[in-house]
Amino acid sequence: MSEQKKFTSIYGPIADMNLRTKTLLTIALTVSILVIVIISSLLINAGDITTNFDAMNLPPSLEHLFGTDWLGRDMFTRTLKGLGLSVQIGAGASILSSIIAVALAFIGSINKKLDTFIAWLVDLFLSVPHILLIILISIALGGGAFGVTIGVAVTHWTSLTRVLRAEIKQIQTSDFVKLSERFGKSKLWIAKKHILPLVITQVIVGTILIFPHAIMHEASVTFLGFGLSPHEPAIGIILSESMKYLATGNWWLALFPGLALLILVLLFDIAGENIKKLLDPTSANE
Amino acid sequence: MLKNEKLLKFLGKKIVRFIILLIFVIILSFLLIDMSPINPVKTYIANLGVVSPEKIAILESYWGVNEPITTKLINWLANILHGDFGTSLIFRAPVLDVIKERFTASLVLMLTSWLFSGVLGFILGVVAGFKKDTVVDKAIKVYCYILQSAPTFWIALLFLMVFSVYLGWFPTGLGVPVGTLSENVSFWDWLHRLILPMITLSVVGIASITLFTRDKLIEVMNSDYFLFAKARGESGWNLIIRHGIRNILLPAITLQFLGFSELFGGAVLVEQIFTYPGIGQAAVSAGLKSDVPLLLGIVIFSAIFVYCGNLIADVLYNFVDPRIKEGEENE
Amino acid sequence: MEKLLDVENVSISFIQYTQGLNQRDLKVITDLTLDISEGEILAVLGSSGSGKSLLAHAIFGILPENARQNGKIKYNGKELSQKDKEEIRGKDIVLVPQSVNFLDPLMKISDQAIGHTENDEEKKAKKAKQREIFEHYNLGPEVDDMYPFQLSGGMARRVLVSTALLSDPKLVVADEPTPGLDQKTVEETLNHFKHMKEDGIGVLLITHDIHAALEVADRIGIFYSGYVIEIALKEDFSGEGENLLHPYTKALYKALPANGFELTKGHQPLHGEIPKGCPYYDRCEMKFGRCKDERPELIDLGNKKVRCFKYEGGIEDGT
Repeated sequence: MSEQKKFTSIYGPIADMNLRTKTLLTIALTVSILVIVIISSLLINAGDITTNFDAMNLPPSLEHLFGTDWLGRDMFTRTLKGLGLSVQIGAGASILSSIIAVALAFIGSINKKLDTFIAWLVDLFLSVPHILLIILISIALGGGAFGVTIGVAVTHWTSLTRVLRAEIKQIQTSDFVKLSERFGKSKLWIAKKHILPLVITQVIVGTILIFPHAIMHEASVTFLGFGLSPHEPAIGIILSESMKYLATGNWWLALFPGLALLILVLLFDIAGENIKKLLDPTSANE
Repeated sequence: MLKNEKLLKFLGKKIVRFIILLIFVIILSFLLIDMSPINPVKTYIANLGVVSPEKIAILESYWGVNEPITTKLINWLANILHGDFGTSLIFRAPVLDVIKERFTASLVLMLTSWLFSGVLGFILGVVAGFKKDTVVDKAIKVYCYILQSAPTFWIALLFLMVFSVYLGWFPTGLGVPVGTLSENVSFWDWLHRLILPMITLSVVGIASITLFTRDKLIEVMNSDYFLFAKARGESGWNLIIRHGIRNILLPAITLQFLGFSELFGGAVLVEQIFTYPGIGQAAVSAGLKSDVPLLLGIVIFSAIFVYCGNLIADVLYNFVDPRIKEGEENE
Repeated sequence: MEKLLDVENVSISFIQYTQGLNQRDLKVITDLTLDISEGEILAVLGSSGSGKSLLAHAIFGILPENARQNGKIKYNGKELSQKDKEEIRGKDIVLVPQSVNFLDPLMKISDQAIGHTENDEEKKAKKAKQREIFEHYNLGPEVDDMYPFQLSGGMARRVLVSTALLSDPKLVVADEPTPGLDQKTVEETLNHFKHMKEDGIGVLLITHDIHAALEVADRIGIFYSGYVIEIALKEDFSGEGENLLHPYTKALYKALPANGFELTKGHQPLHGEIPKGCPYYDRCEMKFGRCKDERPELIDLGNKKVRCFKYEGGIEDGT
């Protein structure tokens, strides 16, 4: 609409930048924050989170940014360690999820029967609320990091599988694939040479976009008591412990770790969406 | 006439497909439980205390402890077909009774927040889309992105902290033991306990419907017929109402029905934190305390719940739109 | 003489993003100038997909957000601001769109034609008028309650034309009103425009159909690669085409089946690959050296206009 057309922007230099620079900058910024979080969480040994009965239940201060808990442990360090753990499990689960998605999408591309079967499998996994399914799988595998990672991985492949199925179908009907078929190339050859390179973008973006969901579901399930064991410094554990201290007014125990998790999830989301924009310009043309 | 027949045929097909799907859901969950280290007889005994050897024998034969998995599964499936879902260990009552009780409470919670978030989300989405790229739109978008990234249980914790602990407006709910049935709670008590979980669940559910409505409205605003309506001199809110909202209402309602699965997931977390006596809380208790019959029962009914949403969405999509001509093939 | 509509040096461009979000400015219409008087039909003739519809959108102020527009659009000698366009559209100036897709799929025909009304009285009056015009165009009462998907091709055409006439317009802009129609419906639609002309309405006919243009238009603007390269009189399209000025127009005329089907080599440069000089340079048979790097301006020859260096000193100079 030209009525809303403004050539000089009121938002200053950021709005004047072109979209490419803005997108690249956003990706660089989010990725570097994420890297800093992960590295610093790796640098913390469990030993650093010591109990200190002289500093119990302290509200946030410069010394303890996120306050301390009932054992005098520094909440900032615990949160950071928890975020690191979340990223590890999230990475494991989303990569596993993508592998499942790619495998199923390719199996579906072999013939019509298998395709119908894959579609039905997607329906099957969407028919039970995710959280129940993760709980079930986690119980079946005896809980712990392994149980929850598998649980999250097994429930998050559906959307990427759908995207890949559609994409592969489109490529299969394209001229260059038909030509290869006429030259007698095997299906595997076509999949490797033609289809895989074209869907790789989708797979990368898909994996990054599964990440935030995976992190959130792991935290939820752990919070409910089905995921990581209470000895692990996970965000879900920290928050479920904090519930016991809500009534006593220790608000910082719940606020900061949750907020940190929210920001982590948001950063992954922003990074994913921007990478998608960069690789797939149609989504930016509006 | 023709349309009704078609609808029946459509529903019939869908329901048959669902029954097949449900059987697989049952088998899958049964296998998962069977894989787990849980021994139903032992948990049963642990819950009941002293049990006579005869009772143990009955339990063992009920669960078929010493039989192969196929026999166990078939026995259990047969029992379900007879309407016998077993007895809940933690509630000491038939699973079906517990589910009926708990699901009713949850339905009230879920459907009120579903309605609330749907209406509010739709309105916010329309405002954001209409005011695209303005401060209002940006504020709504940021709000949605943040909510989408916020863990449901954390929002619930914050609400509990602010409204129950600090302001004291609502009960913390922590005093009610698991297993209290709603007959023991007065209507006002119950309403009082409903409001905060309901608001939490609504707030969490708004983001997706708002963003969807916004994008859909912008799509419609760029459509040929919207352009032509403008060229005919229509403008402002009248234009949005006449040509925008009419065209996005159905897709938005459809999406809202497709969200039953997430709604249930949200309810599990919210009920747990507010100790709202619903199906989600029962599911968590059943999982934590190895109440296998109850957990399996809840999985089945949650699948039915999700499927109802999908089915309504399908019917809306396929039969309400006037463009679908009578007798025209739309499968 | 006061012109009804003056389009002066209008350019329209888009910002487009390519792989890796590199940005480019895509010029779709460049330096477009034309005018229409009362009771005149001016056709703008260009190949499909060449972006000529954007001219219509610019007149109505309904260009997409990422489009930029330069130049002036005047109505009755007064330059139209965006606000003026919003004021005037649907009243003095109306659009006859391409297809039934321009009707709201979920709204009954009559409700769309009438548009928004403030009260019942207004609604009744408008409804009566709508019925009258629809009747005139052979659209029975049953059409009022139909949804767009229920209309046949010819009916849809008549609905779009009669909807346009509901507000007693001074100027009708018809955007590709004839594609995909059978011969009879095309004739019928073109007749509607002739009748409008007889009623003193100015008609801007945007089309890729040269036969349609030649049948009804008084003057024809030739649209090539985003430029208007000539505005010719209908009479000039006769004989050997000796009265046509621009080499492309001559070639176009000779390519008609009735005139020997003589095709010119090459293709119209696409948006984004338009050369620095004359857009027709690559295909022109009469080009000068300067045509390569220098772009000719539109030369005003009274009723006719042409964008070619040959006519810098007037028509005689060129022939």
